[in-house]
This record gives sequence, C-alpha cells and structure tokens, in this order.
Amino acid sequence: MTAEITRRHALLAAGFGGVLLPHTLSAQPVAKPAELKVGITTFLSGPASVFGVPGRRAAEWLFDEINRAGGIGGVPVRPFFVDEGPGTEHLVGEFRRLVQSEGVHVMFASISSGSCLACTPLSDELRKTTILWDCGTQRSFEEGPHPFAFRTQGYGTPEVLAPLLYLLKHKPDFRSIAVLNQDYAWGRDSWELWKTAMDALKPGVRVVAEMFPRFNSTDFSTEITRLLALRPDVVLTTSWGGELTTLIRQATERRLLERSLFVMPVGEPSMPALARTMPAGHIIGARGDHWINHPAPRDRAAFDRFIEGYRTRFSEYPIYPVHHMAQAIWALQAAYAKAIEAKSGGWPNDQELANAFRGLTFPTPTASITLREDGQGLEEQIVGLSSFTERFPYAVPEKMIRYPAAEISAPVGQKSTDWLKTLRPGMETRVGAAL
Amino acid sequence: MIDWFHENGLLLGLALLDGLAYAALVFMVAVGLNLVFGVLRILNVAHGSFYAIGAYAAASLSAFIAAQGLPPWAALPALLVAAALVGALLGPPIEALLLRRIYSGEPVIQLLVTFALFMILEDAQKLIWGVQPVSNDGAMRLLGTVDVPFAGDVIPFTAYQLFLLPAVALATLAGLAWFLRRTLTGRVIVAVTTDREAATAMGIDAKRVFLLTFTAGAMLAALGGALASPTTALVPGIGAQTIVLSFAVIATAGLGRIEGAALTALLIGLGRSVAVYFAPELEVVMPYIIMVAVLLVRPQGLFGAAEARRI
Repeated sequence: MTAEITRRHALLAAGFGGVLLPHTLSAQPVAKPAELKVGITTFLSGPASVFGVPGRRAAEWLFDEINRAGGIGGVPVRPFFVDEGPGTEHLVGEFRRLVQSEGVHVMFASISSGSCLACTPLSDELRKTTILWDCGTQRSFEEGPHPFAFRTQGYGTPEVLAPLLYLLKHKPDFRSIAVLNQDYAWGRDSWELWKTAMDALKPGVRVVAEMFPRFNSTDFSTEITRLLALRPDVVLTTSWGGELTTLIRQATERRLLERSLFVMPVGEPSMPALARTMPAGHIIGARGDHWINHPAPRDRAAFDRFIEGYRTRFSEYPIYPVHHMAQAIWALQAAYAKAIEAKSGGWPNDQELANAFRGLTFPTPTASITLREDGQGLEEQIVGLSSFTERFPYAVPEKMIRYPAAEISAPVGQKSTDWLKTLRPGMETRVGAAL
Repeated sequence: MIDWFHENGLLLGLALLDGLAYAALVFMVAVGLNLVFGVLRILNVAHGSFYAIGAYAAASLSAFIAAQGLPPWAALPALLVAAALVGALLGPPIEALLLRRIYSGEPVIQLLVTFALFMILEDAQKLIWGVQPVSNDGAMRLLGTVDVPFAGDVIPFTAYQLFLLPAVALATLAGLAWFLRRTLTGRVIVAVTTDREAATAMGIDAKRVFLLTFTAGAMLAALGGALASPTTALVPGIGAQTIVLSFAVIATAGLGRIEGAALTALLIGLGRSVAVYFAPELEVVMPYIIMVAVLLVRPQGLFGAAEARRI
C-alpha cells in the first residue's frame, strides 16, 4: 500500500525543506575537525619567489610552533601550499580544488594583486574565509563588498601616501620627479595613487618621465641614461624584489643616486640583497611598521624572539612577506579564539568564523592591527632614510616617522583616488610622528 | 622635423650609445641561432637556454675565482671560459643524442622536441642555481665608468657596456666572417647551408658539420649570456626572453650573411633605446614592430635571398 501524495503535501514538504531545514542545519553544532586545513597561495617559482619562499617558510615555522603548543583551539594545523607562479587560471583552479576537494577551512591568498582580485570573488561564491595575506591592491575592498575576505596587513594607499608625506617633509622644495615602475597592475596603480596625492598636496611638480619597463626586466641601462640626462630632483620607484635590486645596482654603478633622491615605498625587502651597495640617504618604506631596527615595538621581547627565531632557523633576516604571513596566522588564532568563545567552546562554522574576523583587533610584536568593517586591516606605516649601523649588514631606516594607518587610508566606502584628491597641502606637518 | 632633431639630437646620441651595448648582446645570440638554423634547418628553441646557462655558469665561475682569492681581473677571461665550457659540454651530446634523430622529421616535431629540451633545461637551472636573483657585476665594476659629455653635463656610462661589449661583438663578427670565408671548414659549412644535398653528394661529412655548427652556435649563445651577466640580474626566464628576441632578429634579417644579423641586431637595439626616450610605452613591442614592418615589405627578410619553391 502506498500513501497518496497530494499537492498540499508537496507544498508543505517544499516549505519545510526550503525554509526550516537550512536553518536547522546551520544551527547544528559543527564537529571539531581532526585537523585545521589552511590553503596558502604564494609564489614558489619565478622572480616573485623572493617574496613567496620566505612567506612559505614563515608559515611552516609558525604552524610547527603552534602545533607543538597544541594547535588552534586544540586542533593541529595543516597547511596546503599552491604556487602562484603558473598564473591566475591555475590559481583559481587550485583555490577551488582546495576548498571543494581538500575541504580546507581557511584560505590565505596571495602575493600578486592580480591573484587577489581573482580570489576574492571566489571567497564570495564558496563562502570561505579568505585572508589576503600579502597583496596590496586598493581595489580589493573598494570595488564592492567581500563578506568572507579580510586583509590582515596594510595596502597600497597608505604604502604610497606615507613615503610621499615623508618626502614632502624631508625635501619640501623638490620641483621635478620621474617614475620608473614595473609595467603591471601594481606599477600603474601605485603611480596613479602617488600622482593623485602629489597633485593635491604639492601642485605644480613637473613629471619629467614616466617609464614602465616590462615586468621582470633585468636591464635598465637605457632608463638610467635617460634619468641621468633629465636630472629629476626625485625618482620614484615602487618596483620590488629582484627588479628593484637590479635597478639600484645598475643605477648606483652609474652614480644616478648621487644626482637624484630615490623614493622606494617597497624598498625594505630588497635591502638584504643590496647589502652595502645601497647608498645612504634615500627614502625607504615597507608595507607596515615591522622594520628590523624598530626603535619602539609594542612588545620588545616578542619582537626580538620573532626576528631571531626566523634568522636562526633560515640563516637570513625576515623581510616583510615573513611579517605578513605571521600577521595572517596571528589573526587566524585570534579569530578562532573569538569565535570559539562566542560559541561557548563550540567549533565555529564558516559564517561564524567570518563574523569573528570582522572588527577583530589582534596584537603584533610592533603594534596591533584592527580589521575594519570592510575587511581592510589598519597597519601603521614607518618610513625613513637608508642608513647603516654596526648591527645589521644592510641598510635600515633612520630618522623614522610613524604614520597611523587610519589617517593615511581611504575611509570605508570611498575609492582611494577620490579620497586622495581631497587632501590639502600641509598634511605632512599634521600627520605622522618621529620615532 | 629639423627643429625636432635640433632639440633631440643629443638625446638620440645617448640612445645610440645605449642601443650599441644591447645590440651587441642580441647579436651574439641571434648569430648563433642563424648559423644553426642555416645548417641544421632546425629552429632550436633551446638556444635561449644556452644563453641562460652561459650567464649562470659565468656567475658561478666568477664567484669561485673570488672565493679562491684570485686577482679580480680574472673575472674577465672567466666569462669566455664559462661560455666555452657550456658550449663544449652541452652542444655535442644534445646534437648527437637528440637532434640527430629528428633531422628528417616534420618541422612541428622538431619544434616540440627543442621546446621540451628548453623546458628541461629551464628546470635544471632552477635546480642548480635556485630561483633567487643572481648577480655577477665584478667584471663591470672592474672597468669602471666613463663620463660622456652631454649638453654641458656628463653622463656616466660603464666602460664595460660602452666599449667591451661592442668590441667583443665586432671581434666575433669579424672572426666568424673570416672563418666562414677563408677556412676550409668554414667553406664546408657555407656549402652545406647553401645546398645540403649537393654538398653531401660531393662527399662532405654532414654529421661532422652538423656537430661542429651546433656546438659553435651553443658557444655563441652561452657567450652572449656570459657577457650579459655583469649587466643584468640572472633570474628564471631570461632564456625565454632572449630566444623570442633572437627569433625576431633572424626573421627580420632573413637567412644569409652574418653581417645581416649584426645590422638587424643594431637596428632592433637602437629602436628599443630610442623608444625608451621618446615613446616608452613602445619599448617592449618595438623589436616586433620593426620585424612586422620589414616582413610586410620584404617577406624574405632584410638580407635574405628569395628562394625558389622546391617541389
């Protein structure tokens, strides 16, 4: 005998299934997993591996330490690494595989801004918490909301604005500038940010050359000759990694840095490779405040332990991707602690974990970072002049100025280029404090 | 127009000096590729790998010399020694064990095999030298800089780029021209290039000619890389950049006299440096703009002879 199914029964069943069941399921307690799987995208090949490999080392080192101490919320962490080198298409496929097949609980993406712009829509679609651990494009949170994406570090706008404010204070009478950036998203975007802010803060500066050599260039001879002939007061370059190292080596050999003041917002990671080749007295920045000679970190003991721990293990000083990876991991620990506490000891699901990240404040050895409501982290910026000490074998900043992130970042909901136009001359005297 | 030259003539002079050094390096690689294609009729994609390995080997040899406490000037002959070693060690086994099997194959198979070889050699470079940038500027520092007068000012150029690179390229050009036209082996190579079937029928040992030519081509590419190493940073991918540019040079020059490769390299080198001064956004595409413009007018290239179609 079979029961007759009427249209009313079907509608009731659909109503129960469509409305009540998802609610019931989402309220189900999530079982604590046997391991906390973290997918990490980073450059393991190609020129950008100068950033990616130290980032991977930092993750392996810190997760080892966390696991020895009992894991996160009592769960051991297992990282899965994906190489950004083969390109965006490969990366997107790997992101999906990690989430849908490996079942990772959190994604860390990425170094390249292009990679991040491809990964944030995936975080929306797959509803998977994604930490933008190292990329800097301002577009991530300015072109629409991404409820599952969070950046646990600074980004392009404060990274460019802080060195400009420093330049205005250090050399207020400069009249001409040339730019030599890499020909890809960051090189073009960072110049647009700089130019917009410079036009607002010091109108009338003459731009004598805008050069964007091919990404991964290894020979800047012709560009250097042109800059030597033009003699701009200032040369801006937001290039990084091996390209910046090569540019500075070739420019120093031909005495360009004796003629023009160089401003290098992403200079910090190239200083160890340049060693004593880097001339003193040029403006160097990093995306953040984690200079190795930071004169006043929030927790001196923790800072020294971090620097020496990395140096002892890998026989090199940490550069900023190492700090950025550590920040992502510290944020992950803090968010899980917050989410588990909010659930009275229960293990959070994806939505609850994302909720914990929003507005999260977590400590770093140098300061603390707060994630805004749009997901962007507020990280202080420190800029200074290249100098040498007995303690370190490469250039570190002196005459440092610390810039509070909130004062040099575009407010939530505003595009950076619109906000930068509203800046007024004299900002350099109001924002930033000498260290 | 005259006013423009009046205003920018001095800048054009600087662009000429920049273009010379660049052209010298491009010539070294392109002439080797031209030679190999002319004799073996194989478009060797792995030619760019010889350039990269030559550069890395020169850096390693220079580092070894410095570590042994040998005099700094030893860094200069080390560039030549590294190139000779790379050509001699890699050229003969690749020709004898790999290429010899595909001479009669379809061009697409030849292209795929040399591309596979290129990929293998790329990974071998990463395994041996890693992915971090390597620098080798000892030789360039050794020669110092030269101040070139410019509009009441001076522009420092490195003597290495201003004098040494063009001088080595000219010496290579002259040496190759002499070798190909004045020696028996050179004339045999020219004969095989001109008509392989007829040359073989006359009793020329084609196998020996192929081996010799391929090894010489590999040495020239490695020499280009070794000479470039003090002026650049060595990173994964430099071989690919070089081979693409070299293809553009030989396509523009056409198969034929080596002087054609030299003049085309100069044209492309100057085109690129002039672009940096006057239209920087065209820097990357300038060699290919020149190539397309030339091939539209002369499909056989600037110096190539039009060939009758063979049935």
